[in-house]
Amino acid sequence: MRKVIAILLLFIIGYYSLDVLLKIPFGESAGGVGKHYLESTIKETGAVNSVTAIVVSYRGFDTLGEVTVLFLAATGLGAILYDKKAKKRALQNASVIVKTSSKIIYPLIALLGAYVFVHGHLTPGGGFQGGAIIATGVLLMFISYRSFETNHKALSIIESLAGMTFVTIGFAGLIYGTSFLQNILPFGIPGELFSAGIIPLIYIAVGFKVGAELTALLDNLLKTIK
Amino acid sequence: MIYYATSILLILIGMYAVLVKKNLIKIVIGLSIVDNGIHLLLIAIGYVKDGTAPIFSKPGLQASQMVDPVPQALVLTAIVIGLAVTAVALSLIIRLYDHHKTLNINKIRKLKW
Repeated sequence: MRKVIAILLLFIIGYYSLDVLLKIPFGESAGGVGKHYLESTIKETGAVNSVTAIVVSYRGFDTLGEVTVLFLAATGLGAILYDKKAKKRALQNASVIVKTSSKIIYPLIALLGAYVFVHGHLTPGGGFQGGAIIATGVLLMFISYRSFETNHKALSIIESLAGMTFVTIGFAGLIYGTSFLQNILPFGIPGELFSAGIIPLIYIAVGFKVGAELTALLDNLLKTIK
Repeated sequence: MIYYATSILLILIGMYAVLVKKNLIKIVIGLSIVDNGIHLLLIAIGYVKDGTAPIFSKPGLQASQMVDPVPQALVLTAIVIGLAVTAVALSLIIRLYDHHKTLNINKIRKLKW
């Protein structure tokens, strides 16, 4: 009975949402604000990747809020799962093949993550993606070695320093320019690694912050045995 | 058209899981499916026919050939928030399981609808 009611309700919701959405023309060229961003990305921010330019430069304050939400989630998760006794992970040691290969792959994954967030203004990618890749490498080590531990103090220091770097760059824009997070550094030649002013600096800070946060989050979630 | 229909279908599948399933883990999986459906919908709305990614990687690329970058930037934000929501929900489920020794919402009183 409940299933029937649920399906009926969902059918009504789906029909009317689709009815509204079909009035939006599909596949036509971007107008309005999207067109403006595309046409003036290189001129106004110096970045080649316009998604990065929007996330870090045009909506930089929004990204600061987003980083804060992620930080709050990691802190809240730690507070919910806190226990007085130290807890351990329940996993057994993995086989020799997995252990040996993950030892080789782990630095390479960390390198790929660093590459992704350093080149955020040139190629697809950025701080959030690079940080997530680094955390995936740490997860590989977590599931293959029972004794692999992360240093929580170092992680929280990295996280706080990265967050402070973001805010400091923002205030530098306020002091030397006219607004918070204004791009005060020279743009350089678009398409080169050292270009786009403050965008790579902010994305490197975000990459470190997200990597440290997700690593701490995984560590908290995997420790279940008292 | 097919893109809109598929993403709406994904959203509905996720909402069905949230409404009908009894297992808390399955409800969180349903929430993630709703999330992914919404991301797909936003990306589909920003699509331009024969458009490339909004990155000026080659000198000859024109702005008119590219897809809309605004939905992509919003989805980048939404993915991160979705991850945070899923992580907090899973930690709450771990605590509920510690307390009640079950994941079935019918057996946990005060959670019935």
